[in-house]
Amino acid sequence: MALIEFTEKGMYVAQAGVYIDPWRGVDRAIITHGHSDHARSGSEHYLSHVQSLPILRRRIGNQQFQGVVYGESININGVKFSLHPAGHVLGSSQVRVEYKGEIWVASGDYKLENDGVSPAFEPVNCHTFITESTFGLPVFNWQPQHTIMNEINDWWKLNKEKGMCSILLAYSLGKAQRILQHIDPSIGNVYVHGSVASMNEAYEEAGITLNKYQKPTADLPKSAYAGALVIAPSSTENSSWMKRFEPYSTGIASGWMAMRGFRRRMSADRGFVLSDHADWAGLNKAISATGASKILVTHGYTQPFSRWLNEKGLEAHAVQTRFTGESPENKDEPA
Amino acid sequence: MKAFVDLFQALDRTTRTNEKIDALCKYLQNASDEDKLWTIALFTDRQPKRAVKSTELRAWAADAASIPLWLLEESWHTVGDLSETIASILPNYISEKEQPLTYWIQYIRNMYGLKEEEKKSQLLQAWKSFSKEERFVFNKLTSGNFRVGVSQKILVKALAKYSDIAENTITHRLMGNWHPDDVSYGELITVGNETDDFSKPYPFYLAYSLEKQLPELGDINEWQAEYKWDGIRCQLIKRNGQLFIWSRGEELITSGFPEFEDLIGKLPDGTVLDGELLACNKGIPMPFQELQKRISRKKVTTKIKEQIPVSIFAYDLLEFDKIDIRANPLRERRFLLEELVRKIDTPLLQLSAKIEVNQWEDLKDIQQAARNKMAEGLMLKQIHSPYLSGRKKGDWWKWKVDPYTVDAVLLYAQSGSGRRANLYTDYTFAVWNDSGQLVPFAKAYSGLTDSEILQIDTWIRKNTIEKFGPVRSVNPTLVFEIGFEGINASPRHKSGIAVRFPRILRWRKDKPASEADHINILKGLM
Repeated sequence: MALIEFTEKGMYVAQAGVYIDPWRGVDRAIITHGHSDHARSGSEHYLSHVQSLPILRRRIGNQQFQGVVYGESININGVKFSLHPAGHVLGSSQVRVEYKGEIWVASGDYKLENDGVSPAFEPVNCHTFITESTFGLPVFNWQPQHTIMNEINDWWKLNKEKGMCSILLAYSLGKAQRILQHIDPSIGNVYVHGSVASMNEAYEEAGITLNKYQKPTADLPKSAYAGALVIAPSSTENSSWMKRFEPYSTGIASGWMAMRGFRRRMSADRGFVLSDHADWAGLNKAISATGASKILVTHGYTQPFSRWLNEKGLEAHAVQTRFTGESPENKDEPA
Repeated sequence: MKAFVDLFQALDRTTRTNEKIDALCKYLQNASDEDKLWTIALFTDRQPKRAVKSTELRAWAADAASIPLWLLEESWHTVGDLSETIASILPNYISEKEQPLTYWIQYIRNMYGLKEEEKKSQLLQAWKSFSKEERFVFNKLTSGNFRVGVSQKILVKALAKYSDIAENTITHRLMGNWHPDDVSYGELITVGNETDDFSKPYPFYLAYSLEKQLPELGDINEWQAEYKWDGIRCQLIKRNGQLFIWSRGEELITSGFPEFEDLIGKLPDGTVLDGELLACNKGIPMPFQELQKRISRKKVTTKIKEQIPVSIFAYDLLEFDKIDIRANPLRERRFLLEELVRKIDTPLLQLSAKIEVNQWEDLKDIQQAARNKMAEGLMLKQIHSPYLSGRKKGDWWKWKVDPYTVDAVLLYAQSGSGRRANLYTDYTFAVWNDSGQLVPFAKAYSGLTDSEILQIDTWIRKNTIEKFGPVRSVNPTLVFEIGFEGINASPRHKSGIAVRFPRILRWRKDKPASEADHINILKGLM
């Protein structure tokens, strides 16, 4: 029997009776990170990285949570579990599972670039590596973070000169904080949507000091927003919530903005290619750094990516899961 | 090249006309005359012909990126655009020496006729001097696929603003047969060479669809009604002893219709007519499909000339006795036209007859029955109207017959390109036959809202039966009302029929696939 099986309820370590990121309620769940396609409610016991806990409490309520730090071992019925940085969002972890000398790593979602907010990805040696492939095609090649932040700053400055507000649409967990932390705060005031503020508070509770931001309040005059930057989830697009910021220009920060078709289809004025997932080179580098000979490819371009890996001499299989990764069309985080 | 690519991106980013005009003006202010000229050429469908075939591009790009060809093709199907795919799989290079647009156009043209290996090495060298965005535009130019979201109208407005020359004058100067090799920016735009280029047509006057009730147009005696013919809208030009026929798409089509050479001796020099070129037997128009057979032929044989004779149905006179009379009222132009056509007296040139009625009410029945005359509907023209440039509201209206409709089942879907890349937007529709099978009869791309497209895309992904490259077959479930303009027998199609201008009218969420129409309904329309 495989150490980690793919079952109806999710990835299952039968020997320990533990699920990883289950999509149905189970007894014991290890959660790689707080995005809603990985962290679902309904289970009895949750284990995750300590810095994920403030996020999980806000997102799935006050369950029984156990927090561990990176590298700390937990033994359950002879199976040794430990978490290792995945660099995706704060607290995001790869789950290392070892039993009788066999090592598997379920990586959840990850990126290789150090974003300066979440601890950077660390490769973990293993025999079998479970990887995502959200951007598993060679057309996805990210620019360094500072290049994209400069683009955002330039756009913001230009809008400010025109007396406009800049509304940047980004996932409220992870990307919003990454942007807040790396844009140039000297340009103007930064406002965030309530769902972003909630995640900011979780980050702060986890010990991260973020740049200054405010929540838009009813008593603020419209003029307060001219020249400001607003970070909001994409579900707010064209909503009445946005009206107060008029006149404004909208931008979207997403890896999908690398594709002209998506960029043009979105009604936003600008697309910024910024993702918390690994690009093509990143996926390949991460996989080879694990030394794994067997690769299981979950969400994304699973078929072509596993074929590519097979042709490179690895044993790779595409696996059906309910993870969605960064989604090009849906309105906020993966549901 | 950077300035041109910046312009391309600025135009690509916005849908606002004023922002596009501003971006163009800013570019024109800084560009050299050579680059300006090539930019105008590229924006008016005068791009250099393809220098490298798609199969070569794919193979060489896969090679340059060290990936297998299948992976490049898989990526291409996802991205929906080969130029973009190739731009994206190679690293972002920073060029050592920035070269202007004209340099790269000549570089591309210099690849014509090179041996395969030389061509490949030229291409790889170019790829290595570009950022992703520059490489994208270069690939578009290399593969003869350059397109940009700028209408002729926007380009004209920008050029007029930049050069301080009237829009109508600019429009006219951009018409015709010019090529950047033979003319300078100054000659084309600032000086204007319309007198030198005697083949040059006038800008076509285009009508909007009727959006009022007929009585709101006023006194019917102030209006001229004609059939709206279904052929090739064209200008027939006789100047300096030569004859030119221009289609509305600004293509010179004279050589496809050699019979009109007969008119050279008959038409006086300095004559320009506006009319419809139709397949026409003894004065009676034939369906467009007949004309299509002639358009698709490379060689015009005597046989085909006999089988499918053609005529021009003239409806306006733009130049008479070497004088531009477009500003004169339609009534006067029409009078001169009638005189001219009568005098020439040949079946090659006929008058598009005026429909004489005394009240608006009488026109309705005639419009409804227009298909019996092989017409698409009626044209209504104000009798005092000048002949304007481009699409203008008010004086001319087209009043088309409602399309034929049929309820059909979605059978195949293919992802689109450009704005619709990676979205299943190109659909094949089918109707039932006697043996209870669905037979595909039409492809349609347009007619749905963006949100419907997204819904259907999601549905297609969940209901795919099989994938063939970029095409998916889907469970036959969704029903759509398909509209089209004409229908003909076609041995080339599985269904035995071909429809003209098929488009989606609406999504029939109320109908199950079993209630879609039967092929006999379509056959009955023939």
